[in-house]
Amino acid sequence: MAREIETVCITTGPAEVGDYVTLNIGPIHPAMHGTLRVITKTDGETIISAEPEIGYLHRGVEKLGENLTYKQFLPLTDRLNYCSAICNNVAYELAVEKALGIEVPEKAQLIRTIMMELARIADHEVLVGILGVDLGALTPFFYLIIQREEIYEIFEWHHGARLTNSMGTIGGVEADLPDRFHQKWPKMRDTIRKANDETDRLLTHNRIWMDRTIGVNAFCADDALNWGFTGPMLRACGVKRDLRKDEPYLMYDQFDFEVPTGKHGDVFDRYMIRMLEMEESIKIIDQAYAMYQKLPEDAPLMKKVPKIIKPPEGQIYHAIESPNGELGFFIKSDGTDKPYRIKIRPPCYMVYQAFGELVQGEMISDLIACLSSINVIAGELDR
Amino acid sequence: MSLKERIKECLEEDLLELTEFRGDLCVEVPKNRVLEVMSKLKKEAGFDFLSDVFGVDNLDLYAAKAKKAKKKTGEEEEEEPKKKEPPPPRFEVMYLLLSLSTNERLQVKVRVPEDDMDVPSVTGIWRSATWPEREAFDMFGFRFKGHPNLRRLLMWDEFEDHPLRKDYPLEGKGEERHLNYDTV
Repeated sequence: MAREIETVCITTGPAEVGDYVTLNIGPIHPAMHGTLRVITKTDGETIISAEPEIGYLHRGVEKLGENLTYKQFLPLTDRLNYCSAICNNVAYELAVEKALGIEVPEKAQLIRTIMMELARIADHEVLVGILGVDLGALTPFFYLIIQREEIYEIFEWHHGARLTNSMGTIGGVEADLPDRFHQKWPKMRDTIRKANDETDRLLTHNRIWMDRTIGVNAFCADDALNWGFTGPMLRACGVKRDLRKDEPYLMYDQFDFEVPTGKHGDVFDRYMIRMLEMEESIKIIDQAYAMYQKLPEDAPLMKKVPKIIKPPEGQIYHAIESPNGELGFFIKSDGTDKPYRIKIRPPCYMVYQAFGELVQGEMISDLIACLSSINVIAGELDR
Repeated sequence: MSLKERIKECLEEDLLELTEFRGDLCVEVPKNRVLEVMSKLKKEAGFDFLSDVFGVDNLDLYAAKAKKAKKKTGEEEEEEPKKKEPPPPRFEVMYLLLSLSTNERLQVKVRVPEDDMDVPSVTGIWRSATWPEREAFDMFGFRFKGHPNLRRLLMWDEFEDHPLRKDYPLEGKGEERHLNYDTV
């Protein structure tokens, strides 16, 4: 069906635009994940073309960064991807540490790893839960959101904030893992697995779920690379690429974990990748925690850094694998205490620019499924 | 063969400058040769993935350097440096490339003078440049030649300035947005 309409579109061309109905979805719409707007041209229920419009949450983070010192900019990075703020914090810290040419102590690296992987689990849980809600499956959301709350409790114990974490600082982390973490983690590992298992049993082989996700928005690997896809979106297309394996940072080269890949790049594969990645994250946390426990209790948490951070003149780019894909920070320093130019490379920005191509020829309800499966976060999209 | 040598061999006379900082290589290429250089880098050097495109405004950097130079030379020669050669181009367009097979990264820099803001668009080589180039146009005012849809991306269409330029004030100029839904 979709193929037929596509050919009709090509033969008639834009001259007969009047035949189609222009439908505006968003920016204020419960299914549009914040402040996203898509202008679609539809023929009945089928999308002929869709054009996303962004910028509704533009706060000028990059301009602000040029006028703040390196340490003052850290809390702003929370406001990029607020589902996994810790990954943004660590990405920024690592970029500045690269510019300074320092490496943080082992214990700080392990704490960062544990917290980042917890944030990854929380992010994926939100995505799978919301994807279910958008497709009409409300129950899994509750199983997953309870686990997310538990993870946020650990964040709160460690650095006092649940959502906008501002974890750590340039040169390390301020606080050791909270005492309660040691009792909580062994229990929580099982509850996360149990919640994932229940979600899996509710969704994966569910007839309605399969009908709504399998084959929807399938995308091929070559196109995905051409459009600059990274992270789970690219892995769903069958490209085995994960910066934790390919360009290891922190201590990821010492952990043993798999990189799950899909085949068809459809919504179902994206969902499955996320489900499998949560399991891998649990494995990483277990290994990191075992390494952490072998370290002496008074091991240093901070590298000595000057009070006013002034990286030497030069420019660096450092990227990490955030839950959405490659999250990079480009910093150009002119030798003063403020970054001369700071550029954030948000992962969902590159994916969302191909949105028109992803949903072309699909149904309007599949557009919502596609949007949820991409995990577009307006905060990092618009900066 | 190291990456540096490979880049030198691949680009030949197009390579204007090669700098290295903390392991990040940055090459400068002439503006009118961008398309040739990029397709060469993609096909011959294996840089098949474009991660980002963005602009840099060097206005303040040059001002700070001139101030420093003035301090060093002393106040007597204050009027002389004005006769020197024209100032270096104000803007830069940066391309971040990545090789998927070898996991090497490369920054490509193109200098753009203020009076000639045309830059060839690389959307024909990588479609991932579509929105980043629109954003660079929005924020700095580069006109990417050959871009399929060069409109403002983050700021609204009626906005006149380019906010990431260094001479644009941090608190803005008091622009207001009047939504006009009929234009869509």
